[in-house]
Amino acid sequence: MEQILFYFVSGIALASAGYFVLAKNPVYSILSLIVTFFCIAALYILMNAQFLGIVQIIVYAGAIMVLFLYILMMLNLNKGDESRKNNINKFIGMFAAGILFIGILGAYKGLSGNYVAGNDVDYGVGLTKNLGKLLFNEYVLPFEIASVLILSGIVGAVLIGKKDL
Amino acid sequence: MDTNSFIQNIPLEYFIILSSVLFCLGVLGVLLRKNAIIILGCVELMLNSVNLLLAAFSAYKGNGDGQILVFFIMVVAAAEVAVGLAIISMMYRNTKSVDVSIFNKLRG
Repeated sequence: MEQILFYFVSGIALASAGYFVLAKNPVYSILSLIVTFFCIAALYILMNAQFLGIVQIIVYAGAIMVLFLYILMMLNLNKGDESRKNNINKFIGMFAAGILFIGILGAYKGLSGNYVAGNDVDYGVGLTKNLGKLLFNEYVLPFEIASVLILSGIVGAVLIGKKDL
Repeated sequence: MDTNSFIQNIPLEYFIILSSVLFCLGVLGVLLRKNAIIILGCVELMLNSVNLLLAAFSAYKGNGDGQILVFFIMVVAAAEVAVGLAIISMMYRNTKSVDVSIFNKLRG
């Protein structure tokens, strides 16, 4: 039952990621990327990483992708605007990505294929309460620096986007 | 509920393979596409594949550190997308196109 669920969700994720990479119309490809993010959030919820699943939907599918769609629709692109790459460049690109995939798969040589979590694994590791305890006790310094990072991102984005300084 | 039947029935290797396929699809998109917005979206896909793998390892080991790191990766990705889209809109304002192949002045 869980295997069927995993295959279903990951099949949709792979299909929509493939459509995102290959589609000509940029709005369609961004919409299929949103579907991919929802599938990844579903996988997070299935493995009980509840906080990450909700944050994925709120931040990625709800803020970042909406920002992409704003910019894309502001630009008013036509479907045929993207000129064709050479066939040689496309072939070399696919070859490079394929070699990368084979290289990554080569790192899986020693895997047995059936590592499942044991019975003593703490099931509540993804709950918001436990992650919050970890975040504010051990990782409080990166947490505060992350706020400074976001501030610098805001300042940078406004500065770059201004018409006249 | 004190046992998770999902992580006790799905081997960890499934997540490793799914994450690596998503990552290589992201790399394929960066190499193949010429629309700057789609290239930025492919970078987001790569980041998401790594997030998925980190969260899977953290859930299977019962250690929360991986999911904290995923949280920080999401923070950095959000800031990067904001700045990247600002750059792209400036690029469009100057050249009226988001095609990355017109930026070839440095080519020898």
